[in-house]
Amino acid sequence: MISNAAFAHHPDPAWRGRITATLIALLLLWPMLIASEFKPWILLDAQSLGATWHFLSGFFPPAHSREFLLLILEATWQTIAIATAGLTLALLGAIPLTLLATESLSVSRLESGHMRFAGAVVRQVARWLLVLLRSVPELVWALLLVRIVGLGPTAGVLAIALTYSGMLGKVYAEILESSEAHATQSLLKNGSGRLAALFYGALPASASELVSYTTFRWECAIRGSVVMGFVGAGGIGQRMDESMKMLAGNEVSTMLIIFVLLVACADLVSTFLRKRLG
Amino acid sequence: MSFVLRCTSVRYASTEHSDSFHALNDVSLTIAQGEQIALIGPSGAGKTTLLHTMACAHRTESGELSVFGVEPWALSHAERHALRARLFLAPQTPPLPPRQRVVTAVLAGCLPQWSFWQAIASLVRPSDPDTAYDALARFNLQDKLYARVDRLSGGERQRCGMARLLVSKADAFLVDEPLSALDPTLALQTLATLQQEATSRNATLVCSLHQVELALSHFPRIVGLREGRIVFDAPRAAVTEAMIAELYRNEKHTGQDDPVATQADTHITPQF
Repeated sequence: MISNAAFAHHPDPAWRGRITATLIALLLLWPMLIASEFKPWILLDAQSLGATWHFLSGFFPPAHSREFLLLILEATWQTIAIATAGLTLALLGAIPLTLLATESLSVSRLESGHMRFAGAVVRQVARWLLVLLRSVPELVWALLLVRIVGLGPTAGVLAIALTYSGMLGKVYAEILESSEAHATQSLLKNGSGRLAALFYGALPASASELVSYTTFRWECAIRGSVVMGFVGAGGIGQRMDESMKMLAGNEVSTMLIIFVLLVACADLVSTFLRKRLG
Repeated sequence: MSFVLRCTSVRYASTEHSDSFHALNDVSLTIAQGEQIALIGPSGAGKTTLLHTMACAHRTESGELSVFGVEPWALSHAERHALRARLFLAPQTPPLPPRQRVVTAVLAGCLPQWSFWQAIASLVRPSDPDTAYDALARFNLQDKLYARVDRLSGGERQRCGMARLLVSKADAFLVDEPLSALDPTLALQTLATLQQEATSRNATLVCSLHQVELALSHFPRIVGLREGRIVFDAPRAAVTEAMIAELYRNEKHTGQDDPVATQADTHITPQF
């Protein structure tokens, strides 16, 4: 066959690698399915279906008494406040760490292809700090902080600030490194400072990615603060925990609707900002 | 003397080429302050590498390099970076972020002189739009002052990059193929502007060119580069057609990647 002959004359050098990688991935995934006890058919067994029906039938109609709605509104506002304050604190930590961790701003790498030893050490330390911050889940930070600062939103704010500064710093550094380096490098080669080169070269090139990731994280922070409410860190999560324990499905469904609205709002904000910067 | 290279060799440091080879071999070149030189030679001859070496952007492997009477690689990190502010390297692909405004992109030429807070303030409100306007006007681009870079054509971007050169306070211009995206008329005007600017501030101008005719008609001194070596270095009157033919003689194609072109290609931003 002609196509086969052509293939034999110009074999794709990446082909064998791709096949091997796919096979290895499948081999690794199989034991993971077993280890995670992945048995989706349990969902469909008669007993599970009954329990699901019993719980979900309480969801309708959603609770809508005036008193309850006011209570939830206040809790929602607290949740948004926790997420926003936490994310702002996280940015204060993440931005300096990003600047330290970003390789493409290194003047020594520009000269010789390698970074100076001192610079490389500082970068590595910054990276480890980012790993440390984000490897502890915000829920664990919250449990810890509730012991220290007591029940209430402060624990939630601090927990979000700690974990999210690690996440934001890592992803910011990666966005800046994977963006077009030509403009930044050219400014550095002409003698401008590192920070100025960042603001004139790298930021305009990747501003919309940075903004869209930040608003996505804000959305995650809202969800995160809800989860932390379950361990006593305030906000709508704490109310939800109470409703769940009282098996008040109608209250849970009202709160779920509010979550959907919150996430949709975050999405709108992100779209708007990206359009402005696009 | 603005540049002295003595038997300088540069190894091309690139992650893509694991077997690094010499991009420049035993190059000796002395350039006086205020001289204007055209660098010619086939693709991959090492023109870009030579310009980057003079801009202290590539470390030399052996031999000597001195810039404005000091040896950059003997200096401390900070002193060497301060020296870069006196050199202006204009890469072949204009280094302009697509979402930036032209005024910001041009004023970025002042960054070495500005403090960090001045730089930030100018991002909020351009601190010296008149300077940028004047620089753009010399390339007939004054109407584009507040346009975004991605609204410019390829040739306009290239001249916008040259406008950045005009606002810089450099004492030497190292310009890589400044005319590659320009039509013949604009090419002549742009080259004239570059040369006027260099003459008026007594700056050294080293310009790599593919247009041999332009090089011979506009530059008093011509340096021919081939395979990382200087083939000739002569006043233009001494450059004969035979020398040019020999410089661009077509060798059998070795299939080896052209290191300079490869680097330049990876930097080309898609133009929408």
